[in-house]
Amino acid sequence: MSNSKKQFWWNNAQHRSLFFQVLLVALLVGFFWFIGSNTLTNLERRGISTGFGFLSQVSGFGIIQHLIPFDETYTFGRTFLVGLLNTLLVSAVGIVFATIIGVVVGVARLSNNWLIAKLAMVYIEIFRNIPLLLQMFFWYFAVLRTLPAPKQSWSAGDVIFLNIRGLYLPEPIFGPGFNFVFWALGLAIVTTLFISRWAKLRQEQTGKQFKTMTVGAGLIFGLPTIVFFLADASLSWNVPALKGFNFRGGITIIPEFTALLTALSIYTGAFIAEVVRSGIMAVNSGQTEAASALGLHKNRILKLVVIPQAMRVIIPQLTSQYLNLVKNSSLATAIGYPDLVAVFAGTTLNQTGQAIEVIAMTMGVYLFLSLSISAFMNWYNKKMMLVER
Amino acid sequence: MRKITWSIVAVVVALFISAGLAQASTKDEVQKRGYLQCGVSTGLPGFSNPDEKGTWTGLDVDVCKAIAAATLGDATKIKYVPLNAKERFTALQSGEIDALVRGTTWTLTRDSSLGLNFTGVNYYDGQGFLVSKKLGVKSALELDGAAVCIQGGTTTELNLADYFKEKKMEYKPVVFDTHDATAKAFDNGRCDVLTSDQSQLYGLRTHLSKPADAIVLPEVISKEPLGPVVRQGDDAWFNIVKWALNAMIEAEEMGVTQANVDEMKKSKNPGVRRLLGVDGIGGKGLGLNDDWAYQIIKQVGNYGEIFERNVGKGSPLQIERGLNALWSKGGIMYAPPLR
Amino acid sequence: MAVYITTPSPALPPPSNSVGVLGWMRKNLFSSPANSIFTLIGLYILFRTIPPTIDWALFQADWVGTSRDACSGEGACWVFVTVRFQQFMFGFYPPSEYWRVVVAFSLVGALVAWLLIERTPKKGLVGIFTIFCYPVIAYFLFYGGAFGLPVVETYKWGGLMLTLILATIGMFCALPIGIILALGRRSSMPIAKSLSVVFIEFWRGVPLITVLFMSSVMLPIFMPENLQIDKLLRALIGIIFFQSAYMAEVVRGGLQAIPKGQYEAAEALGLSYWKSMFFIILPQALKLVIPGIVNTFIALFKDTTLVLIIGLFDLLAVVQSAFADAKWIGYSVEGYVFVAAIYWVSCFSMSRYSQYLERKLHTGHA
Repeated sequence: MSNSKKQFWWNNAQHRSLFFQVLLVALLVGFFWFIGSNTLTNLERRGISTGFGFLSQVSGFGIIQHLIPFDETYTFGRTFLVGLLNTLLVSAVGIVFATIIGVVVGVARLSNNWLIAKLAMVYIEIFRNIPLLLQMFFWYFAVLRTLPAPKQSWSAGDVIFLNIRGLYLPEPIFGPGFNFVFWALGLAIVTTLFISRWAKLRQEQTGKQFKTMTVGAGLIFGLPTIVFFLADASLSWNVPALKGFNFRGGITIIPEFTALLTALSIYTGAFIAEVVRSGIMAVNSGQTEAASALGLHKNRILKLVVIPQAMRVIIPQLTSQYLNLVKNSSLATAIGYPDLVAVFAGTTLNQTGQAIEVIAMTMGVYLFLSLSISAFMNWYNKKMMLVER
Repeated sequence: MRKITWSIVAVVVALFISAGLAQASTKDEVQKRGYLQCGVSTGLPGFSNPDEKGTWTGLDVDVCKAIAAATLGDATKIKYVPLNAKERFTALQSGEIDALVRGTTWTLTRDSSLGLNFTGVNYYDGQGFLVSKKLGVKSALELDGAAVCIQGGTTTELNLADYFKEKKMEYKPVVFDTHDATAKAFDNGRCDVLTSDQSQLYGLRTHLSKPADAIVLPEVISKEPLGPVVRQGDDAWFNIVKWALNAMIEAEEMGVTQANVDEMKKSKNPGVRRLLGVDGIGGKGLGLNDDWAYQIIKQVGNYGEIFERNVGKGSPLQIERGLNALWSKGGIMYAPPLR
Repeated sequence: MAVYITTPSPALPPPSNSVGVLGWMRKNLFSSPANSIFTLIGLYILFRTIPPTIDWALFQADWVGTSRDACSGEGACWVFVTVRFQQFMFGFYPPSEYWRVVVAFSLVGALVAWLLIERTPKKGLVGIFTIFCYPVIAYFLFYGGAFGLPVVETYKWGGLMLTLILATIGMFCALPIGIILALGRRSSMPIAKSLSVVFIEFWRGVPLITVLFMSSVMLPIFMPENLQIDKLLRALIGIIFFQSAYMAEVVRGGLQAIPKGQYEAAEALGLSYWKSMFFIILPQALKLVIPGIVNTFIALFKDTTLVLIIGLFDLLAVVQSAFADAKWIGYSVEGYVFVAAIYWVSCFSMSRYSQYLERKLHTGHA
């Protein structure tokens, strides 16, 4: 360098950034070393057992709702699975309901009917400004308590019963040969998918339309029915009946699930409604006008012009609402729904005392769920973008 | 910029140094701090319950008071840390509290693999069932298929599973975080049965909208010795907590009460004199003042007094002494001699 | 003489069915058969819900009294709330010291109002006071231990006071961390960038309740044994980490919205990275994201209810524990409605404020 002035190394931006990053890494390593050594000392001094061996120990407690076989003779590892599946169940159903509520209310919010628009607004403003936990307590402790006792159950045709212990539905029992019906159903769905692709291609090339809806519906309902009779499959129902204090048999939807689901759907639905509204509003009104100038029908404007463009705005925000719903389902522990946090980070943590392993596994699950939902949505978002251009 | 960096480094170094400092014994720490940190429940009538003003009362609270009276000479110098069943052991392990007096059942696992030590038993309990009278159930054996409300993270959850399995009965566990939520769900009719330690059932019953409509079934399905817990590895502190309770039991046996303790100091009975620190070893072995036991009785009372005041005849709970009577009166409360 | 009318004759009034109340109803409520049906359904819902609710909450309600006997049972019994009002507000804080809490909150209220209302003088000075002096004052007011104020241990804090403390401190501390993380995420240094990304995505990916569990259960295991961290402080640490990740994303949005020219201009002037950030970019970016910050604050304010699960007595927890009082069994709806009303009024007004800001800022940058 020709400059006679001595250059200090920190005057060079690259060196500085290198130094800074090395320092950062050192601090981080130091921090983790600090935590790690403390943890080891503490665990040793307090005689707390470590490792994941507890996962194969017998749990010894029962769980009210389990999607896979479970009783007190199964292991702690199994409790993890049971809790996880319960979390997934309530999240999945919650996402469906929240989306339905959100779309309906969001569209209603933009309705040209003044009363409906205002009602939608009131709904949104009330439910998104009150803490979810409070809403959950309200549904569970104040609303569901008004349901009758098992002996005074409300019933529909003596097959469906509703009382404070839950909603009891008949459970289908698939006799031999019924798996053919499932195969037929799968086949019908796949075929329908292919038909709709073919029909779309043909329409793009030739302009000829094909009644995919009718054919598809016929396939999906018809094929399994035919197979049902051909294979001589039998289907019987396990109808719940009052024995002793409670109904037995059938499928039980426990009130904790209902309360959690209601609170989650209503709360998240209010947020989704706002997302939907902002998405639709983001579509320039010129687009709608241009489409109607082309003579498109109102429904087709919505389907072909407004929704595809609105989706681009909606999807990223919708993703974060879905993520919130999944994470919020962890509040279940407050009202006794056996989700992952209640069963695993609650009871299992307490019976084993291994806080680090249990909390790490629980957090890992949510992290994985969050990251996969956002990855999926990013992929979907990209796809939507490409279709647009 | 560099200044900031250096100050961060300084802070980190300071933290490391503080990490290396030797840890003081719990007793010294309590005395230096000037108050005892005692882990109690988040609200259980008769055992540990805050009133409208936030003053804690109950049998467990009185044990905390006894420890404070022995260690600090003042039964009011206590910070009560309300804990739910889930966080209680971690709070003790981490040093957030000095002693846990929260109706905790003494079991092998807890004593051996959680890094804890049980110092004794301040209430002999057993798990029972609370049912609505309307149900018409007279025995726990009729509970097949019942929905059971229960507090999570407790031994009751395991006992319940064992009991129903042994009797080949089915049940639906509805698990909550707190006593309040459990009692409320039972009150709403979510469950047929509420199960918990019997002592707690009497307390929870007072929280129902119609306490008279619920009865406690006769069956006791488990042994639940409830006692104070301390961290493992601090024997001096372990001894203090153990003997604070023993002194109260001994006092009842000797007939020393809160009211007569000053008179009793002049007693000729050698046992009484040793208890009150007039003669004998006093507080030397424990590293306390010689009048440590006197302070407990003067400020808190003997075991019989705290029992009757909090859960027995002097309380809404009206629990009989039963197993918790002195060994000489048909119970199993027994203190090793203070000599 | 021909008469030429040079002014147009006045417009005829619109047809009577398109003006006035009737016209408005026709246009907005009964424009089509489907709409009419919706309107009727809506009216029916209103008719079935509003009068009974108002009747229950106001006309049939009991307002005065000191015990359960004052409740007539016809409508809501607000006596439950009035009797325990102080506890709902202050938890177990000693009544003789209530004034300290009131002073601390009034002071911060006044300071924030000063900063938010336009055309107040000396904003900079007041801002510096709020950031540097107020926390010290507030600490001594709430906790005590100096100036003759007796110490009030944190386990006695509760009710609305605790809720506000958690939310405001959480917010106050999360903002600077969030800014640093946001800068880190946009930094050109690969390590700083990836660390920020990992930190942000980690905290955003887990539910607050597991964070609270972690801070209450695991933090003590991570720390040296003789280092005692107060339960409230532990919860706060968890909340701050959690919140700072969300804050970082909000700030990042603001940073991205600043035109590239601003960065380049700052660089062209020879400003260092930190100078260009502090004097050029951040002031603009932060102004843009104020609505976003208010929205995250609303979310945090609602989320503070979760601390009841780890055994802190926030507003909801205090009210719930009051339900267990044998003297007041069966008044849970009143309690829930009371808490809901407090949250609703606070959150709704804050969200309105943020919408107002959004509109205001929007016109400035159109």
